[in-house]
Amino acid sequence: MAIHPPSERVWWNLPIARTELIWIIVAFLWGLTMFFMMIYWHGYGKQNLSNEAYRTTPEQFSAKVQAMVEKYKVREEAGIPVVRPPPGSEVYMLARLWQWYPILEFEKNQSYRLHLSSLDLQHGFSLQPVNINLQIHPGYEMVLSVQPDKAGTYGVVCNEYCGLGHHQMVGRIYVLDK
Amino acid sequence: MATASDFRTCPTTGLKVHLPAERLIKANAVAAVVFLAVGGLFGLLVALTRSPWAARLLPADWFYLALTAHGLDVLIVWIIFFEMAVLYFASAVILSSRIAAPRWAWTGFVLMVVGALIVNVAVLQGQSSVMFTSYVPMKAAPHFYLGIILFAVGALIGTFVFFGTLVVAKDEKTYEGSIPLVTFGALTAAIIAVFTIASGAIILIPTLLWSVGIVSYIDPLMYKTVWWAMGHSSQQINVAAHVSVWYAIAAMVFGAKPLSEKVSRMAFLMYILFLQLASAHHMLVEPGVSSTWKIFNTSYAMYLAVLGSMVHGMTVPGSIEAAQRAKGYTKGLFEWLRKAPWSNPAFSGMFLSLLIFGFLGGISGVVMGTEQINLIMHNTLYTPGHFHATVVGGTTLAFMAITYPLINLIFRRELVMKKVAQFQPYVFGLGIIGISLFMMAAGTLGVSRRHWDITFSDAPLAFDYPAAAFLMMGLNGLSAVLAALGGLMFVAVTVGSILFGAKIEGGAPAAKPKAAPAVAQYGSVQHPAIPGTVVLVAIFFISFVLYYFVNWKYLSEVWPLR
Repeated sequence: MAIHPPSERVWWNLPIARTELIWIIVAFLWGLTMFFMMIYWHGYGKQNLSNEAYRTTPEQFSAKVQAMVEKYKVREEAGIPVVRPPPGSEVYMLARLWQWYPILEFEKNQSYRLHLSSLDLQHGFSLQPVNINLQIHPGYEMVLSVQPDKAGTYGVVCNEYCGLGHHQMVGRIYVLDK
Repeated sequence: MATASDFRTCPTTGLKVHLPAERLIKANAVAAVVFLAVGGLFGLLVALTRSPWAARLLPADWFYLALTAHGLDVLIVWIIFFEMAVLYFASAVILSSRIAAPRWAWTGFVLMVVGALIVNVAVLQGQSSVMFTSYVPMKAAPHFYLGIILFAVGALIGTFVFFGTLVVAKDEKTYEGSIPLVTFGALTAAIIAVFTIASGAIILIPTLLWSVGIVSYIDPLMYKTVWWAMGHSSQQINVAAHVSVWYAIAAMVFGAKPLSEKVSRMAFLMYILFLQLASAHHMLVEPGVSSTWKIFNTSYAMYLAVLGSMVHGMTVPGSIEAAQRAKGYTKGLFEWLRKAPWSNPAFSGMFLSLLIFGFLGGISGVVMGTEQINLIMHNTLYTPGHFHATVVGGTTLAFMAITYPLINLIFRRELVMKKVAQFQPYVFGLGIIGISLFMMAAGTLGVSRRHWDITFSDAPLAFDYPAAAFLMMGLNGLSAVLAALGGLMFVAVTVGSILFGAKIEGGAPAAKPKAAPAVAQYGSVQHPAIPGTVVLVAIFFISFVLYYFVNWKYLSEVWPLR
């Protein structure tokens, strides 16, 4: 029994029954498949993180955000500027207590280099309803190329707890048909 | 030194029980159940507040407070207190040995109690609603970190008492040959615990100093990496511990013998070698961490630790099937399972734990831990859906299951309310299945975890989750009520039995254990074929493969990212 010492003193020499051996091999091969699937997706899949990130400070990052806002602002909603940067450009969004800033306007099927960082605590960038989720750290600027493939209004929910106003922290991204 | 009067013989098992060890097991188990009750209550309040039909039951500040307390009290305090009881049981009792350094063990226990109380006070004071993870730069009161550190030091002392007891047992030859598989599994858990607690010390001591102003800056990415070396590894302690409990219950209920000592022990060894890499599961969508690092670590070096769990997934039910077939339940594929003692809560709890852990927790964990698939799950309710299947459905239910025989063997009481006990694992298990599935479903629909108001009614910008998400949250709330009822039944039966259960007589003082008789059996004893288990494993494997690729399909439908 499993609560008694092994009944055979030299248990490590006993042969393994075929059923178990087959399962061990199948499970091992399945593990390899799953491992190489991740590598395969880096080559052939369309959804991968870039690995591009930089150290930054709240001052540096908010300066870049502000510069973009001044250049490409098209209107305001609920006191938050709506920015329409040209396709292919560097686009910035910052997270802070308890706001995603600014609101972005993208064109469908165009690529943008999106920079994300936080000015204070950790936040969670949760783009809905597509359900893309990224962790946003203060002091780190994450850069990724996004290519929205459906027009519509998207919400950016904060999904990392960031204090009492956490549930009010909602941002917005518009994707236009052009 | 132990004297004869320090031991009694267990009338049921014939094991020699060292009384100081028995007292320690009792104390740790009782403390565990107390915190399970407290933490479970917080959990119920959280789930109700999130359901549309009891929304805003708690105001926002109390919601986040309750969520922090829920995580700490059940995920850390209940489980680790119970694990201390498991460690002492798997060493002193199973090996019929005296426990090493009982005074140290009591010191550890007191530290754990004091630490747990300090953490709870800190959270209830309202200044430490930082969630169980306490990600910097969000700051809790200094005594929040201090309480966790004290608790961890206490647990570390208990772990070393366990190691010491193994040394004592070997030295005093209370057993012959190798340690039993259950003790081996407990040893696995204890070794992982040392790594876990060391990681905790490395990150929490500087964070404590930061919270009082001595250290000026803690890098949030570094914090997360090291914190999860504690946070995720502690879940691997749980896995090793509850797998040992599965083997123990299979042995106690069926007299089941491991199919192969070698295979089962190798599977445990895989945990020690590879499970610690799992910190990466929490870093898959972070900036500043490379994909190479993520892929290697998140897969536990090519899924070798998952391999360990998949092996246990066959060998645990397989050992039960082999034992049942040897007893003559040989009709068809599943007579052994149909005729299993489903009204014995030790067995039903254990088997439900195995199914929930494997099918819900295991599969969802591997899928969510895939580097790219994590993009569509990170920090959504899918995450708590997954870990409620592993930690509650797996670990907690297994611990509940073994509590029933422990009440007979260690507390020496008959169970009160036997009918309630009989149904308890089903009520609790069904509740947990609901919680896990409905949270995973809500997470697939994008719903955020740790969120007080997913209607965003006070937010400047509006956003609506799909209506189905609210249905899932409502069903999750109902499941939580069911699980809480199951938890209440457990507490009622255990506390009732300890206080009012009929005393089990017998167990006169025993002579100090002499060397156990040498086992005479050598060579291979072939076990019967286990076709039923093969079918179960095949169903599991097919579900796993299908669900895995379905999620790649989901991923391929979101915005292209580079």
